[in-house]
Amino acid sequence: MSDQKDEKKTNRRDFLFTATAAAGAVGVGAAVWPLVDQMNPDASVKALASTEVDVSSMQPGQSLTVLWRGKPVFIKRRTDDEIKKARAVNVNDLKHPEKDEDRAKNPEWLVMLGICTHLGCVPLTDKGDYDGWFCPCHGSHYDTSGRIRKGPAPTNMEIPKYEFVNTNTIKIG
Amino acid sequence: MSDHEYTPSSKFGKWFNDRLPLLTLANHLTDYPTPKNLNYWWTFGGILTFCLITQIVTGLVLAMHYIAHADMAFSSVEHIMRDVNYGWLLRYVHANGASMFFLAVYIHIFRSLFYGSYKSPREIIWILGIIIYLLMMAAAFMGYVLPWGQMSFWGATVITNLFSAIPLVGESITTWLWGGYSVDNPTLTRFFTLHYLIPFLILGLVVLHIWALHVPGNNNPVGIDIKKPSKDTVPFHPYIVIKDAFALLMFCIVFALFVFYQPNILGHADNYIEADPLVTPAHIVPEWYLLPFYAILRSVPDKLMGVVAMLSAILILAALPWLDTSKVRSAVFRPLFRQFYWILVADVLILGYVGAMPAEGLYLLIARVATAYYFAHFLIILPVLGWKEKTTPLPLSITEPVLGGSPNLAAARSDDKIEKSIK
Repeated sequence: MSDQKDEKKTNRRDFLFTATAAAGAVGVGAAVWPLVDQMNPDASVKALASTEVDVSSMQPGQSLTVLWRGKPVFIKRRTDDEIKKARAVNVNDLKHPEKDEDRAKNPEWLVMLGICTHLGCVPLTDKGDYDGWFCPCHGSHYDTSGRIRKGPAPTNMEIPKYEFVNTNTIKIG
Repeated sequence: MSDHEYTPSSKFGKWFNDRLPLLTLANHLTDYPTPKNLNYWWTFGGILTFCLITQIVTGLVLAMHYIAHADMAFSSVEHIMRDVNYGWLLRYVHANGASMFFLAVYIHIFRSLFYGSYKSPREIIWILGIIIYLLMMAAAFMGYVLPWGQMSFWGATVITNLFSAIPLVGESITTWLWGGYSVDNPTLTRFFTLHYLIPFLILGLVVLHIWALHVPGNNNPVGIDIKKPSKDTVPFHPYIVIKDAFALLMFCIVFALFVFYQPNILGHADNYIEADPLVTPAHIVPEWYLLPFYAILRSVPDKLMGVVAMLSAILILAALPWLDTSKVRSAVFRPLFRQFYWILVADVLILGYVGAMPAEGLYLLIARVATAYYFAHFLIILPVLGWKEKTTPLPLSITEPVLGGSPNLAAARSDDKIEKSIK
């Protein structure tokens, strides 16, 4: 302490301080993580990961809303006109360019999360300037492929993982 | 803390005070020298303390009957309204109490803005106040979710989705906040826990807020530094206590009018429909006290920038002591600032109005202009005014203009006029 040169040099005590602080930080981090992670989806929530839907009674033009993971999923059996409209769009003009062919593998069936990508409201079906969906909360317009065309939403409505188990049943998730 | 040494009169008091100086604290609080020209706009600190205590007490007893579960929350609130003794009263006081709390806090904030109470040496008081205000908004938002009505559910969905605007980690943060893939039971239980916690955090911050206030002492309508204690001050008790009590009584009349005659006028009818994740109400609106910020959020066409604008609108207030470059505190001596102040008040009211309207057409245009003006007020007008504005001369003391014969009589008169015009 009396010698000033000693203080400026890194000595063993500095190493001990740094090492102790580092070990302490790791310890605190390890102790805090369970407190943070407990807020993530728990095992029971994750277990409800898939839903099967019977669509045999649906006519062209009809749509169905089902609940999957607490979120609405729109299943729409599209008319030829709606399919034509969705496929006629020049993809490069879109805010979030996606081909309808990629969004609806089977053109007659559109399966997507019925959640506006702006702030999570449920859009209204067969409404809006593009005859697809319209979100009443903040005015986003979606086309017959669920793509954002006008309004504050940044992206198209999301397509969840789904498959046709047979001709009458869709499995979501 | 006290400005003079205090010795309790009784022997026990002295014994106790030597070990824990609570009596010294009490003496400091009663003798605390207060500027004698404080007007009624200064009574809202006391009113806010009353509001906080009211919310804590009614909230505590409501929590004895409320059930924080997605299947039972809605009916437990109806149970409180219909079955619990005086449950209707407790719930209406709590729900309207939130609105009264915000009404008082907005008056309190705008009083600070008018009289420059945020300026040196009171920046820390001001910033603590902004933190309290943010916590109040968090508590009010989460409290609104608890009845699990349609507005609760969709309000919670919209607000938590704000976090999804954060690049890269937004989605994971939202899922983490929800404890699932949408607003659901885990969200409700954690909101209840936090809603219960936050008022006590606010209480702690209020203690710091008052502590920080008692270091420089109160600002006053003239906005000049005063010596304390002096002829310019009166002790807090009984002078300010009586004045605060009278103002509180007037405030309680307004409070009671809402609770007993129009208990639902500030709420939304859709919240008496139980939460349904498949149906969004046609028109989602937050509670009135959040409307100006909601208007700012919606006026920006980009999702992330909308969220950034809304948060900045609040956080910009924290930088206010440094954005306002004028050395003169009170608007009484700032003729130009005074005009811009009232334009800002009008601007915030307009934002509140368009926030309640659909975000389209003319409303959207008005919201955009008002949003731009809001930021211009803080970022351009205030810094420039500090340099350009010719302020009127300040009196030498708060007593001087009242006693007359001062060289600043003109200032005293304009002060008088302002007082009348605000009232």
